[in-house]
Amino acid sequence: MRPILMKGHERPLTFLKYNREGDLLFSCAKDHNPTVWFADNGERLGTYRGHNGAVWCCDVSRDSMQLITASADQSVKLWNVQTGAQLYTFSFNSPARSVDFSVGDKLAVITTDPFMGVTSAINVKRIADDPSQQSGESELTITGPAGRINRAVWGPLNRTIISAGEDCVVRIWDSETGKLLKESEPEVGHKKPISSLTKSADGSHFLTGSLDKSAKLWDSRTLTLIKNYTTERPVNAVAMSPLLDHVVLGGGQDASSVTTTDHRAGKFEAKFYDKILQEEIGGVKGHFGPINALAFNPDGKSFSSGGEDGYVRLHHFDPDYFNIKI
Amino acid sequence: MSVDKSAKPGKLRWGELDEDDGEDLDFLLPPKQVIGPDDNGIKKVIEYKFNDDGNKIKITTTTRVRKLAKARLSKRAVERRNWPKFGDAVHEDVGSRLTMVSTEEILLERPRAPGTKAEDTKIAGDNLAQLGKGGAVLMVCRTCGKKGDHWTSRCPYKDLAQPTETFIDKPAATETAMAASGATKGAYVPPSMRAGAERTSGSDMRRRNEENSVRVTNLSEDTREPDLLELFRTFGPVSRVYVAIDQKTGVSRGFGFVNFVSKEDAERAINKLNGYGYDNLILRVEWATPRTN
Repeated sequence: MRPILMKGHERPLTFLKYNREGDLLFSCAKDHNPTVWFADNGERLGTYRGHNGAVWCCDVSRDSMQLITASADQSVKLWNVQTGAQLYTFSFNSPARSVDFSVGDKLAVITTDPFMGVTSAINVKRIADDPSQQSGESELTITGPAGRINRAVWGPLNRTIISAGEDCVVRIWDSETGKLLKESEPEVGHKKPISSLTKSADGSHFLTGSLDKSAKLWDSRTLTLIKNYTTERPVNAVAMSPLLDHVVLGGGQDASSVTTTDHRAGKFEAKFYDKILQEEIGGVKGHFGPINALAFNPDGKSFSSGGEDGYVRLHHFDPDYFNIKI
Repeated sequence: MSVDKSAKPGKLRWGELDEDDGEDLDFLLPPKQVIGPDDNGIKKVIEYKFNDDGNKIKITTTTRVRKLAKARLSKRAVERRNWPKFGDAVHEDVGSRLTMVSTEEILLERPRAPGTKAEDTKIAGDNLAQLGKGGAVLMVCRTCGKKGDHWTSRCPYKDLAQPTETFIDKPAATETAMAASGATKGAYVPPSMRAGAERTSGSDMRRRNEENSVRVTNLSEDTREPDLLELFRTFGPVSRVYVAIDQKTGVSRGFGFVNFVSKEDAERAINKLNGYGYDNLILRVEWATPRTN
């Protein structure tokens, strides 16, 4: 395959997200402008100007009309996807790290970092149908986990919130009361900070990637460990194919040591694993720095990776990918 | 391309032309024409513009339009395709080339050939750390003898280890014995001399090479192996003939070796041929002494 290289960002990529139909790709980077691209040919459709800090995460509504972005400028912004206009700004007193729309797009879960004496928190905001009626009040605020909460997503039927972060523990919270329902046991869980979390297409299970050089597959309801994928590099990003039983792990050595070693030593490939057999299928090379973000097109026929090198690489699979046998 | 200066109306003057960058003259140009796409998908676009010299240029662009077979696009996605650009994408330079197709063909690199076992990967893989994790422990520290934990160069007990012995020119036999007894010492031990290696076959091979070997010196430059064979075969069966050839010049270095099957034949050959005139030179034939090292 010949990947399409998109050089719209001037700083390392942080997050990638496809819309539901898979025709738009949203990219977030440490520069201040989230960008939307056509996912078939990589043409840039537009940028969302207004943030004043690194943008860590984003999510798009099911109808692809609203975009929500979490930024280090202590704000979360709602955007009109089509025009790039700002609809609303949620202000916080610490950097916002991750954001996720609930099923139905009525709620959004936002995590904020520990900052200047403020502890990290998980906030639930109600998203109004009409942006002019939007309020900044939190429906629910959960505090407790130590360190950054790198990712929080909605569990099945919006009943739970699944969070993971620097304290290496995966937690499931009640989304109504904010009560802690389950947490991963230290013996089976990750040993180092969890960098990424992604849900399967149906939401029944999710995958976490950690700096302990492994990725783990969990059941969304019971929080039982299903599978474990070990690799030889810290995992920064994970993705799951919606079409085949494949998982993709991206990562590489620390960005600070990239220039001191050979690029082959960096392990900057996106590694494909068989989801069930936990065996490596192959690797896709190309980035000149660690992979920070991975996303699968909802049709499962292409995927994109974003690296510390500032490039988004959009890969459309060759036909033989679909009949790979182990 | 057709150049047509006469199409310019007379009232336009040179001075005006230089200042205008062509945009104001657009009204003078025929409109853009689009022909096709026809049945074969060939589309022609005919445009007119002025070049730097103010000449009118006709540009015909012929492209083939391919329809994607059975492309299932949602109505919304098709709609979004026509959305106007916004943000920084509005004033995008044509030359900025934000989106490029990689010139490199990138393949999904399989860690091993399809159908092979997982164990194979661990050996074939380029990562040495991964090797250590495999079933067979290949990472053995030669200093402390610990398996699978670290390489010799990373041994935490490196400073405590005995200094590696300095090289002493010893007869091969004693060195072999020493290496076999103390494999954990730092000195390099050839695989054939390591403990457990099948030593018998190796040394036997060497012995046979040196058995009944006769050295022939003062050969003429033209002498080749077949000539030597012809000369020596009269004494008995010959197992090997070798003439040393200079690798750079390709000419004979003037000596060679002949191996006889039986010792008696070799002895007779030495007695007869030592001092024999061959090709204007007096041959010297003697027992080849085994190399000492």
